[in-house]
Amino acid sequence: MTDDLLPPIGMLAELTHRCPLQCPYCSNPIELMKADREMDTGSWLDLFDQAADLGVLQVHLSGGEPTLRRDLEEMVSKLSARKVYTNLITAGVGIGEGRIEALAAAGLDHVQLSLQGTNPGTTELIGHYKGGFEKKLETARRVRAAGLPLTINAPIHRHNIEEVPRFIELAQELDAERLEIANVQYSGWALVNRDALMPERAAVERQADIVEEARERLRGVLNIDFVTPDYFAIYPKPCMGGWARDAFVIAPDGGILPCHAARTIPWLEFERFGEFDLAEIWANSSALNAFRGTGWMQEPCRSCERRELDWGGCRCQAMAIAGDAAATDPACMKSPLHARMRQFAEIPHQAESAGFHYRRIGAKPV
Amino acid sequence: MRPERRRAFVTPASRPRLRRHVRLQFDPVRNAWALLSPERVFWPDEVSLDILRRCDGQATMGEMVSALAAEYDADEREVAADVTAFLQEWTDNLLVTL
Ligand code: SF4
Ligand code: SF4
Repeated sequence: MTDDLLPPIGMLAELTHRCPLQCPYCSNPIELMKADREMDTGSWLDLFDQAADLGVLQVHLSGGEPTLRRDLEEMVSKLSARKVYTNLITAGVGIGEGRIEALAAAGLDHVQLSLQGTNPGTTELIGHYKGGFEKKLETARRVRAAGLPLTINAPIHRHNIEEVPRFIELAQELDAERLEIANVQYSGWALVNRDALMPERAAVERQADIVEEARERLRGVLNIDFVTPDYFAIYPKPCMGGWARDAFVIAPDGGILPCHAARTIPWLEFERFGEFDLAEIWANSSALNAFRGTGWMQEPCRSCERRELDWGGCRCQAMAIAGDAAATDPACMKSPLHARMRQFAEIPHQAESAGFHYRRIGAKPV
Repeated sequence: MRPERRRAFVTPASRPRLRRHVRLQFDPVRNAWALLSPERVFWPDEVSLDILRRCDGQATMGEMVSALAAEYDADEREVAADVTAFLQEWTDNLLVTL
């Protein structure tokens, strides 16, 4: 299964689970870690050195809210010294005066700012944080003033799908080069809140037309990445580009995961950085090896010509919907559960949805 | 106010340059040149590499074409067409600026 083990290219570092926002679709696990479980500065710096040695070229500094780590500048300096490309993924609220400039000076390469909506109302409904919208705009301005390139990330669901045209305008007004129209992936908190977030089919179809038109019109001006909604798809996405193929996630406590949702597969055991070196974990972790390559596949994936295009889709979605992490992702039309997954996209609109379970540490929904 | 962004078109007088957030560097682990950008890492082939390395904001497209045609002992018009198409695509993807 590990005959052609490749070195990892990308790493998503969840530096902390702490966040001032409470988005009901947060990709963090339901069991959020408190600050006392986060790795200390020295361990992170050591990890970054080992990652660079192993071949990691790109690190996404994420969370929670990564700027809550006061040692973020030190981390960026280390990565920059190792010529690793750094991307800060931030919610853009509560970032102290001078910090963005300090991060730029430390060698930060790029900033990705999430917007929950295009106005204060939607932004506060989703993030549950007063004044969030204005702060985010201010962060965008400071990022550009510091000379850093900016991507706007817009997670899309029922409550903001009609704002897609305005997201496209706003990204340009904020002088962003990239815009991610990212339909929510239903894992983590989003799975708990699925019924409250699921958009209607007609809106999804309108959105696809709007994005296609804008992409054409804004060629060479704004790059629009479109993360399509799995529940309305016929083929799955190559989750993380294939399980532990060339990227991985590291949790705040140093846990090495193939993707941020992998802890939802109950029988997998994850190693922590510090217990072993990164190179050892990358090569030998039983969790990383569980679905590497194509050897683990069952039918219909096993004999499918797309098996090295989408790698059978998302293992966590297979777990959540098929109850079997080695099943074909039900987003795929060849999955026997595809019709059932479709139903999850239709039902919520018949029974008008409940409120959100907001993401909070210690607020595990039942 | 910042000037409105517009799509840029490659001409022989353009002086292409990699954008600030794009980095071409040698990767000793894979023994290959990598081009790093916000979401993606590209592995340019030899010809692409020869073009990208010349994108220094000094050389014009025309000069690049002459140099490449000489180096590859190829017809200048054909090289011009290929290099223009390549750079237009990279400009449209906001990796190269003119
Ligand atoms: S999705 Fe929202 S709550 Fe989760 S880390 Fe991002 S900003 Fe914070
Ligand atoms: S059957 Fe498996 S490999 Fe084929 S398209 Fe569906 S998920 Fe992908």
